[in-house]
Amino acid sequence: MRLIVPLQGVVQGRGGLFVGSLIPCCLFYFLQLYLKRRRSPPPPPPPPDSDSSSELPRTSSRSSLFTRGNSIGRVRVSSRAAPLAKPPDSPYYIGLERVKTDPYDRVTNRDGIIQLGLAESTLCFDLLQRWMSENLMDSLMMQSDGSGFDVSTIAMYQPFEGLLEAFADFMSRIMGGNVSFDPSNMVITAGGTPAVEVLAFCLADHGNAFLIPSPYYPGFDRDIKFRTGIELIPVHCRSSDNFTVTVSALEQALNQARKRGSKVSGILFSNPSNPVGNILSRETLHAILSFAQEKNIHVISDEIFAGSVYGVDKEFVSMAEVVAASASGDFDKSRVHIIYGLSKDLSLPGFRTGVIYSFHEDVVSAAKKLMRFSSMPVPVQRILISLLSDTRFIEEYMAAHRQRIRDKHFLFVEGLKQLGIPCAESGGGLYCWVDMSSLLTSYSEKGELELFEKLLSVAKINATPGTACYCIEPGWFRCCFTALADEDIPVIMERIKLLAEPSTS
Amino acid sequence: MGSLMKGGGVSGAILSRIATNDQHGENSEYFDGWKAYDKDPFHLSRNPHGIIQMGLAENQLCLDLIKDWIKENPKASVCTPEGVHQFSDIANFQDYHGLREFRQAIAHFMGKARGGRVTFDPERIVMSGGATGANETIMFCLADPGDVFLVPSPYYAAFDRDLRWRTGVEIVPVHCSSSNNFKLNVEAVEWAYKKALESNKNVKGLLFTNPSNPLGTILDKDTLMNIVRFVTRKNIHLVVDEIYAATVFAGENFVSVAEVVKDLGDSEVNADLIHIVYSLSKDMGLPGFRVGIVYSYNDLVVSCARKMSSFGLVSSQTQLMLASMLSDDQFVDNFLMESSRRLGIRHDALTLGLKKAGITCLISTAGLFVWMDLRHLLRNRNSFKSEIELWHIIINKVKLNVSPGSSFQCTEPGWFRVCFANMDDDTLHVALRRIQDFMSKNSNKVAEKASNNDQIIQNNNAKKQKWKQSNLRLSFRRLYEDGLSSPGIMSPHSPLLRT
Repeated sequence: MRLIVPLQGVVQGRGGLFVGSLIPCCLFYFLQLYLKRRRSPPPPPPPPDSDSSSELPRTSSRSSLFTRGNSIGRVRVSSRAAPLAKPPDSPYYIGLERVKTDPYDRVTNRDGIIQLGLAESTLCFDLLQRWMSENLMDSLMMQSDGSGFDVSTIAMYQPFEGLLEAFADFMSRIMGGNVSFDPSNMVITAGGTPAVEVLAFCLADHGNAFLIPSPYYPGFDRDIKFRTGIELIPVHCRSSDNFTVTVSALEQALNQARKRGSKVSGILFSNPSNPVGNILSRETLHAILSFAQEKNIHVISDEIFAGSVYGVDKEFVSMAEVVAASASGDFDKSRVHIIYGLSKDLSLPGFRTGVIYSFHEDVVSAAKKLMRFSSMPVPVQRILISLLSDTRFIEEYMAAHRQRIRDKHFLFVEGLKQLGIPCAESGGGLYCWVDMSSLLTSYSEKGELELFEKLLSVAKINATPGTACYCIEPGWFRCCFTALADEDIPVIMERIKLLAEPSTS
Repeated sequence: MGSLMKGGGVSGAILSRIATNDQHGENSEYFDGWKAYDKDPFHLSRNPHGIIQMGLAENQLCLDLIKDWIKENPKASVCTPEGVHQFSDIANFQDYHGLREFRQAIAHFMGKARGGRVTFDPERIVMSGGATGANETIMFCLADPGDVFLVPSPYYAAFDRDLRWRTGVEIVPVHCSSSNNFKLNVEAVEWAYKKALESNKNVKGLLFTNPSNPLGTILDKDTLMNIVRFVTRKNIHLVVDEIYAATVFAGENFVSVAEVVKDLGDSEVNADLIHIVYSLSKDMGLPGFRVGIVYSYNDLVVSCARKMSSFGLVSSQTQLMLASMLSDDQFVDNFLMESSRRLGIRHDALTLGLKKAGITCLISTAGLFVWMDLRHLLRNRNSFKSEIELWHIIINKVKLNVSPGSSFQCTEPGWFRVCFANMDDDTLHVALRRIQDFMSKNSNKVAEKASNNDQIIQNNNAKKQKWKQSNLRLSFRRLYEDGLSSPGIMSPHSPLLRT
């Protein structure tokens, strides 16, 4: 404890010196003691046994005098690391872990847990694989002037010429072709996760907050809050609006935040949204932008599912398009930032490709420097330039990708409809937002978590419950269907039926 | 557009402190050399009078071996007809634990790079975005904003950014001086620790690079053991950045802190305090692959770092290729041996050439650079301003980009780091010739400036170093003439080391 002694009374030597300085001193010490107790609760004692699946197997364990739990010098780690001693408590992560213990396999493990909690697509791997085998060896190994294999071009650390241009062109195509992207506004990162974090580091200080329409992607809690110390304030959306955010809800959330003393730096939202899958209309985007302009905050549009749009009557509009279409005096476009990546649209999460697109040149400049901590490896840059510049293949791929998602979505939603389970209206993403409230034993968060557990242990399905996504209406679950084969869907429906039957009797 | 709006009255939404402060360090004057190089880069045929880059610590000496391996092993890449069947598993793989084969291969390689004297547990291997990401991640795991890490100086210039920028951690240097060849000892660490505590700083740990950047020296086992004992007594963390582990080309074997942890008893070392940062960027010359590794003996730190690795995962197809490459024992053994050999030859060529120009370097047995002593050329021996002046002369007149000691927080002016592994032999010869020409033109000036005392000290040092160097070279050459093919280049049992 810091011992700071207020010396004022002593120094000035006034009468009643002893009492005059003693009482403030005592009060001061007690205040510090109180503050210290409040500020740093003692770190939780680590679990005594290590057989929960989320912990690492302890291999070369050293039972020394100094191990945790014993008296001499407990090792202090940072306050970020300490809470991680406990296993994760979000159902999002719990579900993912459980699938690992007993994963479903069509052939070898028909009773395993089917994964519906991970938004990934395997629907078009055949196309990608074929492209890779036909095109890649040359582009990876040869020099651009065809002079033969020079490994230093992939081993050395340098950004590749042409990657930003190829990416900008690709983004423009993916987002409907109605707006062009300027390569000088782009920063390429090693994945969508670091893109979101780097942007957060640039736009807000520790303790600031972002408004985020909920339900929202559970991964944002870790991506944004973990190391930056930025808060996420959910702005609740309702099923009556099909979970679309309204300006009045944003206004209310902002005012409440200000009353609490939180400084809101921006609004973050996904479009197509995750977990609901709806596509925000041009009007909504415009309204959000006006709101941000009025309140002088940033707008971050996570458009990572932009190319995974399957709704026939819905048109995806990028925030970049809204900015471009509005008159130049209306908005300060330097407050608009877009996140993108190839993990969803091109099904390449393993390659680690993310993009920050910002209209603010200082953000671009700062993000480029921060990129040192998560930069894209050079061999991947090489592959991507080839891939993204093959416009004929990209057109073919995107058409197939959309069609296959559409077909799978239809099958899945139909199957659920047969069971009397409705889904929210959605036009994009790799998942659907399913209303399982009819299966709840009690219409509450508790009931929903019970259903989540039943789904995992009885029906052997991992779906992400709305609680993990901060949804205020119980009973909603996100089910990702793009890694399923057609024959898996009846299996899933059968299993859900198991749960439906007892609750109707 | 942005700058118009940012300060521009009411309309600009403000950016964060991190985005707007200078902690990234890229505005520092030390980038002058880089900027000059970018404007006028040397090329043997196309631009023979350009500036030669000697400020980049990269290892390009063994890329031919890697190229041959890649060509001979098409199955290792998902981007070849032979390997593409693995594509669907790899393209979708983003588990932050990393491919098991990759972790096993890295653990195996790390052991080999340390002569097989210690083994590493694949379960403790955590990925990060290059060593840059690894150092930052370990800071995030161990320290809170405002906490302090002691770092012996001179230290790698980018630590100021990597350890501090987003983490808010402070660095307190532990100054080492030329009086004992910049060797780190426990007393210096103790003293710095005490001083930091006296100024009410919360010291969380000690971090240093071993083999050292920019010195190229390695820490002897006794000192390392004493340091480990010290951190255990004080209950503070120890992070050792061993990124240059396999760049040892002469002298004693490299002793990893892992070896010390193994050898010391439980009562002397609390392994929960020991962490290692590693990467393939220097030992294997693959900085472009962005492979950073955090290895910790502390389960909680491993768990935390693993979750943070999402911010800088190694791309899965890189993991696959490296898993294959690094498990190829024959390739790795040959690579490590060749790399050491070539580094040694290159190092000797540089130091010999410098000696001909009357310039001595700190004796070093590892790393991709030498720590050059130009104190006798300073106009004013105690002034960093003189060092910067001299540096500008080197950039603009001698046309070399070297790195001034002050950029490494060195407390004595006049030292410069010169890299030698990022160029081919011809370029090195051009560089040496330029130095020799410059020195012979200016040697009379040097004679005037140096006092008699200085001269005598210099001569003595030169003699001592010559003796040491020739001894080293002798043992080194003999090793090769005898055709030793052990992977650990300096086998601890070799009688030749005794010479």
